[in-house]
Amino acid sequence: MEMLEFRFDSKPGARPTDPALCGVVGSGNLEILVQPSEQPDCCQVRIKTSARGFGATWRAVIGDFAASHAAGGTAIAINDMGATPAVVSLRLAQALADYQGGAL
Amino acid sequence: MNAPHHREWDTLRQSRARRLERAASLGLVGKNGREIPVDRIIDLLEAVIQPGDRVCLEGNNQKQADFLSESLADCDPARIHHLSMVQSVLALPSHVDLFERGLANRLDFSFSGPQGARLAKLVQEQRIEIGAIHTYLELFGRYFLDLTPNVALIAAQAADAEGNLYLGPNTEDTPAIVEATAFKGGIVIAQVNERLEKLPRVDVPADWVDFTVLAPKPNYIEPLFTRDPAQITEVQVLMAMMAIKGIYAEYGVTRLNHGIGFDTAAIELLLPTYAADLGLKGKICTHWALNPHPTLIPAIESGFVESVHCFGSEVGMDAYISARSDVFFTGADGSMRSNRAFSQTAGLYACDMFIGSTLQMDMAGNSSTATLGRITGFGGAPNMGSDPHGRRHASPAWLKAGREAYGPNAIRGRKLVVQTVETFREHMAPVFVEELDAWKLQKTMGADLPPIMIYGDDVSHIVTEEGIANLLLCRTPEEREQAIRGVAGFTPVGMARDKAMVENLRDRGIVRRAEDLGIDPRMATRDLLAARSVKDLVRWSGGLYAPPSRFRNW
Repeated sequence: MEMLEFRFDSKPGARPTDPALCGVVGSGNLEILVQPSEQPDCCQVRIKTSARGFGATWRAVIGDFAASHAAGGTAIAINDMGATPAVVSLRLAQALADYQGGAL
Repeated sequence: MNAPHHREWDTLRQSRARRLERAASLGLVGKNGREIPVDRIIDLLEAVIQPGDRVCLEGNNQKQADFLSESLADCDPARIHHLSMVQSVLALPSHVDLFERGLANRLDFSFSGPQGARLAKLVQEQRIEIGAIHTYLELFGRYFLDLTPNVALIAAQAADAEGNLYLGPNTEDTPAIVEATAFKGGIVIAQVNERLEKLPRVDVPADWVDFTVLAPKPNYIEPLFTRDPAQITEVQVLMAMMAIKGIYAEYGVTRLNHGIGFDTAAIELLLPTYAADLGLKGKICTHWALNPHPTLIPAIESGFVESVHCFGSEVGMDAYISARSDVFFTGADGSMRSNRAFSQTAGLYACDMFIGSTLQMDMAGNSSTATLGRITGFGGAPNMGSDPHGRRHASPAWLKAGREAYGPNAIRGRKLVVQTVETFREHMAPVFVEELDAWKLQKTMGADLPPIMIYGDDVSHIVTEEGIANLLLCRTPEEREQAIRGVAGFTPVGMARDKAMVENLRDRGIVRRAEDLGIDPRMATRDLLAARSVKDLVRWSGGLYAPPSRFRNW
């Protein structure tokens, strides 16, 4: 198990009070909880992952997500069981959409 | 003027006669359906096979002449040795036993999937000499040139009293093998699953067959083309959406072949849903060179598919195929006749698109399924996944691709060769790499060439979860490399991209993201799949599809 924490600048987005939960903790998959945070122009992410040694990849995936979405004002918690970056990116987009009102 | 050349001109026929005499002297004359008792099979093989013979052992990744293979492996290596094996697939343990037991020492083949590791070990120990790894069509072609078998050991469904053979839906390679052997002085021995008074149809006439033997159990058939929809991921759904909208629809691809992975199974299962919603029914995917994939059933039932010609059959699909004779090639008896040689020809020359997956791809777009310690071969993918320069007939998809590649005044079209891959495989192994393992494998094999499955210059598009790279539109090797890096995601080679150049390629439509195609990645859910389980496929087929037990979990 490895714990990682990142903080990236991101455009402020809608900030509902209800959290959103997306995905399941299963092999090759992950669970994402999105909650409001105090800082509107920043996206904070805490990751618990079963796969050690992929910090640089996580940093790149989360950085890309924060740059391409209005994820400011969120605190995101991730429980990961070896999801690939493709799954992580897709699930982050789905979780943020759920959180911000599910408008697709 | 040279003197007239004096030589004997019928040595093959004489050799054949001597072999048959040796068998006859042991009481093996093949009367009554050219039938040999099952307990005399080793006597027969030792009588008709000579040291140094070229032997074709029929077997593909589907049907296997498994009883004849095991029997040959049980022959005495003091009597039979130095055989040169020519066969599509090295798949069964007994195939490798032939080399380990000293019966055979040379191999020309196409594919070795499950035995890839044992084969690599034999090569390293120098106990096997590999002539070449071929595509199926190349190997069949060489059966008629310089690799004609002396003896062919084949698998048939049934024989009648005269020795005619019925091959059933898994006709596969048999016609090509028998034709090459029987008409060049060779000996043909068939294992059969049953003897019948009257065959449903005659696939091989009796006078092309020398001996038949009733196998103790029916020949093995591997359900290689069955993909359980339950295992298709959302990322595969996303990639399938991009492929359909960004390639199938844009080029109007009607004639095609699909690889066997989950990526293409996802596309098949989106035809009745996503593609139909885009109004593409009747405009794409009408004519196929394809095995009877169970995941194609919903598209067939939805009226998407007009015709499918098959390389082989698929376990459990026979009744469904028989009931859909407008779509599949079936005999007057109702059962399908497949034919690998003809379907490969269709895949090479008559298809506008091949789409498949791979394990590794380099920055020139070369791809390979060979990994260190395994020699797996190619099968048919390189035939389908190549642009045949001999093609002359035009189609809208072929012309559009040709104009993208060669400009508006192009004098030829271009096949679409699409690789669809997630950027990482399981255990975070990156698909995109600076150098293919194939190069190291070439050195350990001592081969003339690295085992590259699809050459980069044949690839037209790469689809990943990050988007589509259109290599036809790239004008320099640098653009090609950055287009590939630009869809290589978070792999080390993807992260090493020149970001400005990739954005420039995106502006020119060479790299396209999901949003550039008007696709919201969040829409990519399994709900879009027309079937989400094997049980759903059975339901779509009206109960005609009978999946093998290992795919039944209800």
